[in-house]
Amino acid sequence: MILAVDPIEQFQIHNLFPVAKIGSTEIAFTNSAAFMLAAVFGLTFFLVGATAGGRLVPTRLQSAAEIAYEFVATTVRSTTGSEGMKFFPFVFSIFMFVLTLNMIGLIPYSFTVTSHIIVTAALALTVFFTVLIYGLIRHGFHFFNLFVPKGVPIYILPLIVAIEILSFVSRPISHSVRLFANMLAGHITLQVFASFIILLGTGLGVIGWIGGALPFLMIVILFALETLVAFLQAYVFAILTCIYLNDAIHPGH
Amino acid sequence: MADGTRDQGNEPPDDEAALSARLQRLGERLTTASRPSENDSDPRQTANASAYARGFRMSTELVAGVVVGAVIGWLLDRWLGISPWGLIVFLLLGFAAGVLNVMRAAGVVRERHLND
Repeated sequence: MILAVDPIEQFQIHNLFPVAKIGSTEIAFTNSAAFMLAAVFGLTFFLVGATAGGRLVPTRLQSAAEIAYEFVATTVRSTTGSEGMKFFPFVFSIFMFVLTLNMIGLIPYSFTVTSHIIVTAALALTVFFTVLIYGLIRHGFHFFNLFVPKGVPIYILPLIVAIEILSFVSRPISHSVRLFANMLAGHITLQVFASFIILLGTGLGVIGWIGGALPFLMIVILFALETLVAFLQAYVFAILTCIYLNDAIHPGH
Repeated sequence: MADGTRDQGNEPPDDEAALSARLQRLGERLTTASRPSENDSDPRQTANASAYARGFRMSTELVAGVVVGAVIGWLLDRWLGISPWGLIVFLLLGFAAGVLNVMRAAGVVRERHLND
């Protein structure tokens, strides 16, 4: 049994069926879109189903939904203050969406949407422009005080402002690359270790299959680590969103 | 939910303030628990994961600053025809911004809003 082992193959996007045509570009419904849709439907069913009863003593499902709510609400409140709670739906949606996509990606043979930088970049840019537009609407030109630290001598101020602006603009990059690269690297690592088992088994016969227990053990450990990373990266994405939103709500004076 | 038996707090457990205080304490305990500790079952693994995550965060922050500086400099060069000065200046500025990002991420420099 020879398997073509390509660790990148799992990230390939397949067109499932065409949807529309804009100019010469065909817009197709891809496996990526299918998994995103699955995540949205799964989340909707979970949250609607969990909160439908509204019991005082929660069922397991309702308890899970309440834990998710409390977890995100605490994060938002602790980083942006109670004023930031108007962004709670936004942060909650992002957190649950990313978390669900990460968790779905852990299921064997499934597709990890968040391992594509276009998806994470779109999310990060949404956050970036939300911060920019809300900050400008809320504070007008005072928002640009964000780039002017207090107590800086006037002769190096232009330099500092330029550096602060570049630092601000570089945010969506580090924001999106972190999630994308973590998911990509983790899934490639899992695939490579899994392919070791196949290569050992097909190459060395019985001894190989016995030796394959070692990479198998490694996969078990790595899978636990990946589960942690999937949750942690969703959390990091959400908390960074909160930190950036905080700048829009309270730009430095 | 757990009742107040294993909690040293003396407030009633159904009080919302007490609940949020407990949640916060749980969050603090979780953050300390996620750091590498000696009594963990596999300390090397968690230490590696945590250090890896930290290192990864720092490197993306630095690289993001440099990349943004390079892209802006390159675009300015193309639009204004001042090659190579845009790239030189903005690459240096981008590097400075990257270092600033890393220092903010590491907590060496406090975030702006925490000063006030």
